[in-house]
Amino acid sequence: MSLINKESVKKRMGSRVAANGFAKFLFILATSFSLIVLGVLIYRILVDGLPYLSLDFITNFASRMPERAGIWAALLGTIWIMAVTAPVSFILGVGTAIYLEEYAKKNAFTKFVQVNIANLAGVPSIVFGLLGLTIFVRLAGLGSSVLAGGLTMSLLILPVIVVASQEAIRTVPKEIREASFGMGATKWQTIRRIVFPAALPGILTGTILALSRAVGETAPLLVLGALAYVAFVPENLFSQFTVLPIQLYNWTSRPQEDFHMLAASGIIILMIILLIMNSIAVYIRNKFHKRF
Amino acid sequence: MSRDKTNQKSIRSMIQENKSSRSQSAVMEKVVPKIFLICAIISIFTTLGIVFTLLTETFTFFNRVSIVEFFTNTRWFPFTADKNADYGILALVMGTLTVTAIAMVVAIPVGLAAAIYLSEYASAKTRKLIKPILEVLAGIPTIVYGFFALTFVTPLLDSIIPGGISIFNALSPGIVVGIMIIPMIASLSEDAMNAVPNSMREGAMALGATRFEVAMKVVLPAALSGVMASFVLGISRAIGETMIVTIAGGSRPTADINVTESIQTMTAYIVQVSQGDTGYGTTIYYSIYAVGMTLFVFTLIMNLLAQFISRKFREEY
Repeated sequence: MSLINKESVKKRMGSRVAANGFAKFLFILATSFSLIVLGVLIYRILVDGLPYLSLDFITNFASRMPERAGIWAALLGTIWIMAVTAPVSFILGVGTAIYLEEYAKKNAFTKFVQVNIANLAGVPSIVFGLLGLTIFVRLAGLGSSVLAGGLTMSLLILPVIVVASQEAIRTVPKEIREASFGMGATKWQTIRRIVFPAALPGILTGTILALSRAVGETAPLLVLGALAYVAFVPENLFSQFTVLPIQLYNWTSRPQEDFHMLAASGIIILMIILLIMNSIAVYIRNKFHKRF
Repeated sequence: MSRDKTNQKSIRSMIQENKSSRSQSAVMEKVVPKIFLICAIISIFTTLGIVFTLLTETFTFFNRVSIVEFFTNTRWFPFTADKNADYGILALVMGTLTVTAIAMVVAIPVGLAAAIYLSEYASAKTRKLIKPILEVLAGIPTIVYGFFALTFVTPLLDSIIPGGISIFNALSPGIVVGIMIIPMIASLSEDAMNAVPNSMREGAMALGATRFEVAMKVVLPAALSGVMASFVLGISRAIGETMIVTIAGGSRPTADINVTESIQTMTAYIVQVSQGDTGYGTTIYYSIYAVGMTLFVFTLIMNLLAQFISRKFREEY
């Protein structure tokens, strides 16, 4: 007596293979949906944005006349914000990661810090805006300044940098640490001269990707009270400012078609900046990444 | 240090130097961990700062508006004279949930299907090609998605849907938020499916299962905790999403569900108030913290739920 009824297996074979083929088709369709959307999005933005794109568009201030409007103030505002965010978030993020990976004992406090960072990563960016509004703008009396905006952004991207740095530090093998200790180096010397340089490419890649997220972030700075219409360039850390995404928001929310095209031009610039940052991150990852 | 310079030094001074550098490094050994500890503590202070900020300002808000009204009123009209103002969070919550529901209807099937394709069907070469494109999609700023929703998706829907839709509506931002979340669900679910050992697939295939049956009856159940967690994280992202719904959703808070009409989400309200000229200390000013608190609680529950799911139902191999 055979355990398998060959007839019934054979009979169902056709429909099972057909189901597999149909499902595969659906899965491919779903995957290409994302790719098609990306294509349409880029195409639309290029079509809308290219007409207004020129050198004047980059070097002009915002204007009520679309043909004379530009992104100079917003572009410099973004650079100012990054000048605050990059060092602050890098130092805090890498410091936290080194503490957690190298110094922290496996106790409740360490676990609490770890869980806390994971949860911070899930807090909506606009809530960070409310935090910045109360703590930096009001309590610290910084006003809606570059410094307040930069610090808020630093806290926003801090969890991303911490996690990326931790992963980078973890990939440094135990052997080279032990070799360093064996040569008589102290813990701090080992971290500074052995672990940190070895983990640096990974840390930098993570930091640049986190910063590129901050460049495109709009909501927290809007809540902080960053200006939407600015005809001046920030002069110091306490100047008021606008950033590229806020300028784009301002243009997008106007009803006139011309301003939408300006927004598209601005989006092209923003995407180019992000593309450059991401390319640098990928380059560092591929070029300097050591496999142990 | 060059050789002749060392020769000029007396042994005694070298010993002295060595000693002082050693005591210096001993100090560093003690100080450095403390500095890093402070960095780690700042992240805790960030969380405390968020909770403290939201709680105190929300408390001030509830001194002016009754907490019962906040939770039971279904209208949200703050921009009138103080005694006519309505503060019923339900109107904003419904806006947020409507957009989130539409987003998940788009993101869950498409994201999961893409994950199954990438992990079960695609060749290594195809995967290498598609994954970076999904990463690009995930890295696009939300302001760009918002622009896309308003200037492309809304007109498209207007021409498809009989009777048309208003310029600001729930459907268009909902779909675009869904598109934004697809890469996240796809990549998290794919990670979960990749973690399922190949021996299980091979076992099923040896029994004569088709790829589709392997995917649905073996891999997906085994990876279910990770897949479910990715859905929940996607929901959390959709709830907290701000710019897309601000640009394309409008500013008409309503508890009625009508996806072709203008709505307002919690996040969009916070932006609307911060863009207006509301003075510091007014009830409206404090209301953004009450809304922010509600938003924070929603996303926190979702994030904790995701962690719980992936811990509790994880199948170890």
